[in-house]
Amino acid sequence: MFRNNYDNDSVTFSPQGRIFQVEYASEAVKQGSVVVGLVSKTHAVLVALKRNAEELSSYQKKIIAIDEHLGLSLAGLASDARVLSNFMKQQSLSSRLTYGRAIPLERLVSAIGDRAQTNTQHYGKRPYGVGLLVAGVDETGPHLFEFQPSGMTQEMSACAIGARSQMARTYLERNLEKFADSSREELITHGLKALKESLAQDKELTVENCSVGVVGVRAEGKAVIEAFKLFDGQDVKQWVDLVADGTEEVAEGENMEVDA
Amino acid sequence: MNHLPQGWGRPRDDVYGAYDASYLQNSGPNQHTQQPVVTGTSVVALKFKEGVVIAADNLASYGSLARFTDVKRLRTFADAAVVGFGGDVSDMQYLDRLLTSLDTEEAYGTTGHTLNAHNLHTYLSKVFYKRRSEFNPLWNQVLVAGVDQEKKPFLASADLLGTTFSAPSLATGFGAHLAQPILRTLAPDEEAAAGLSKEQAVEAIKECMKVLFYRDARSMDKYSIAVVTKDGIDLRENEKLEAQSWAFAEKIRGYGTQVN
Amino acid sequence: MAAMFSQNPLMNGPNYSFNQTPTAAAAGNKEHAFYPYTDNGGSTLAIAGEDFTIIAGDTRSTSGYNINTRYQPKVFKIGGTTSSQDDANIILSVVGFAADGEALKERLDAIVKMYRYQHGKPMSVKACAQRLSTILYGKRFFPYYVHAILGGLDEEGKGAVYSYDPVGSYEREQCRAGGAAASLIMPFLDNQVNFKNQYMPGSGVGHDLQERERKPLPLVEVEALVKDAFDSAVERHIEVGDGLLMMMATKNGIEEKYIPLKRD
Repeated sequence: MFRNNYDNDSVTFSPQGRIFQVEYASEAVKQGSVVVGLVSKTHAVLVALKRNAEELSSYQKKIIAIDEHLGLSLAGLASDARVLSNFMKQQSLSSRLTYGRAIPLERLVSAIGDRAQTNTQHYGKRPYGVGLLVAGVDETGPHLFEFQPSGMTQEMSACAIGARSQMARTYLERNLEKFADSSREELITHGLKALKESLAQDKELTVENCSVGVVGVRAEGKAVIEAFKLFDGQDVKQWVDLVADGTEEVAEGENMEVDA
Repeated sequence: MNHLPQGWGRPRDDVYGAYDASYLQNSGPNQHTQQPVVTGTSVVALKFKEGVVIAADNLASYGSLARFTDVKRLRTFADAAVVGFGGDVSDMQYLDRLLTSLDTEEAYGTTGHTLNAHNLHTYLSKVFYKRRSEFNPLWNQVLVAGVDQEKKPFLASADLLGTTFSAPSLATGFGAHLAQPILRTLAPDEEAAAGLSKEQAVEAIKECMKVLFYRDARSMDKYSIAVVTKDGIDLRENEKLEAQSWAFAEKIRGYGTQVN
Repeated sequence: MAAMFSQNPLMNGPNYSFNQTPTAAAAGNKEHAFYPYTDNGGSTLAIAGEDFTIIAGDTRSTSGYNINTRYQPKVFKIGGTTSSQDDANIILSVVGFAADGEALKERLDAIVKMYRYQHGKPMSVKACAQRLSTILYGKRFFPYYVHAILGGLDEEGKGAVYSYDPVGSYEREQCRAGGAAASLIMPFLDNQVNFKNQYMPGSGVGHDLQERERKPLPLVEVEALVKDAFDSAVERHIEVGDGLLMMMATKNGIEEKYIPLKRD
């Protein structure tokens, strides 16, 4: 029987030029529930679908606030994400301490990118089994970054990762040109709609299973930024109701699927 | 702080009694700076409506010897800030190299520079504080001039102990005694400084340089002056003091050979 | 070293930095030529009320006879989620060596912020007070040369003030003055807050004397006390003046108030 001899560690290439351990790590990302991120000219938004392992358990944490100006959402191994988010928290605190400055997002994201990459080049190490969407604002405006276990990072205008995220990405691609000029509320609504696309047939968005994280360049009438805020439970009701079945389907016209 | 850099970083005479300088003599090689050797005298700076004016003369003294007469003690940072150095010149040159490497590091990345005068001052103060905590001080007092994140004028001081403060006008060394009173009559508070024009501020600083040259024996009539605004830095490194009047010197009695 | 803030009985006489000049040269060897401390003057004061805490400090920073700046706050909010500290629930004041004070404040703030991040809730004033003591004691042999005062509302919503010496010995108190004019303000506080040396008129003499009954003071009265204390300190102490920054912790959060003081 065929056995892959090139996936025992992350430092060996296969003859086809692949590193299987890294590819397997990417599979772990696809096991995680879907998270969506998108940016406008003024805001960056993360929305996530939370799963509960069993009926009796609580829902998992999908969005983590890192600092005043940024947060992340994760898909994959939550414990790996915690290691990364602790590191990011340290880095952003240290930037504030040494320079009195909110760490630029690109810098922070490439720092975790570098960390993840070293895991793919040392024998005995294991790649992170988690993908991240990092959303925040810095001096150059709002940003969204995608992070993959391979160490790849890239800036995105909208992105979705995790299980069944292809459907969400399709929604994002179709509506891409609307995001830049969207208001805060519109952006969140787009995020939830994208999330909804990825839902399994018998699932619905509820206040229990979704989280929203928002950060903006400038709070109204204030010189400071609208700090990253995580919304859970009853706090997301306002938006969940907006995208509930029957409210928007009429306007959209397409996708008239009806749940059984 | 005493106006003599040699007096900085010592227990205060008025509290602890006269310092016994014999402890500075030892036969082995010195590992740490225990006293400044070649020194620069005052740095003076004043905020105005759109920015900050800062000046320092071009002299580096070796005790009472005017040793180097073309030493530039103002240093620009990334078109965003000017740092004026008082105190030990070799430590100034070390900090200059440190800032050059920081400048290079910060210029990487797609967004380029994000460190402003405020960030730079925070960084320098941490360097000073860390070194003093290791009993290996950098024997300087520096003024950092520029604009902050909100493009408002920024002016602050940091010294060998890590002490920091900010005010509408600042002066180090002898300038703290001679120039500061002149500048404070012009700009007693932030509001008054915000009412000054660039021309008024430059004129005041030049006047201070003149007063310092008249009365500070470790000063020189050749100086550097910089104007920092959000639009950039105008640095002139070879200014000469103008319109001096030494007529008053004739009237000074009680010194030298003349009797009355 | 002890001369700067000592409530040290060995050093008698009023305790502000300009009359502490040793008359004889110090005995023994000096270990190092560089002296890593300085005194930046200034004074602080904290009073705990029934359901509030006020911590105040002047805003002058000095070096010897020079005024560095007329506005450098000594009172800070600790542990908010943002850099503006809008949602902070703890107040810290530090007076003495300003660079150590700044370092101490930033360290405590980072710790309280990490606590919030890791536990998902703000730190209690009591826990923060214990932590601050540990931080100070950790630098026992190279101390943060500051007189720190921490305050806020305790778990029952009552005003709490904790005061520290530079090496972490601490105590919860009703009120405390710190810094250059501590010796001028503290007796005033004893009399006006804790009613020390106040007796009921006509209650008799000797053992018959009855102390005036203590009652919790309302916020407005305490605010006036703070202002009076500083106005008096400014009059008699050269290192105190320019401005007064007050922070008031109540159940509605922390309110900030700035009042100008004499600038002479």
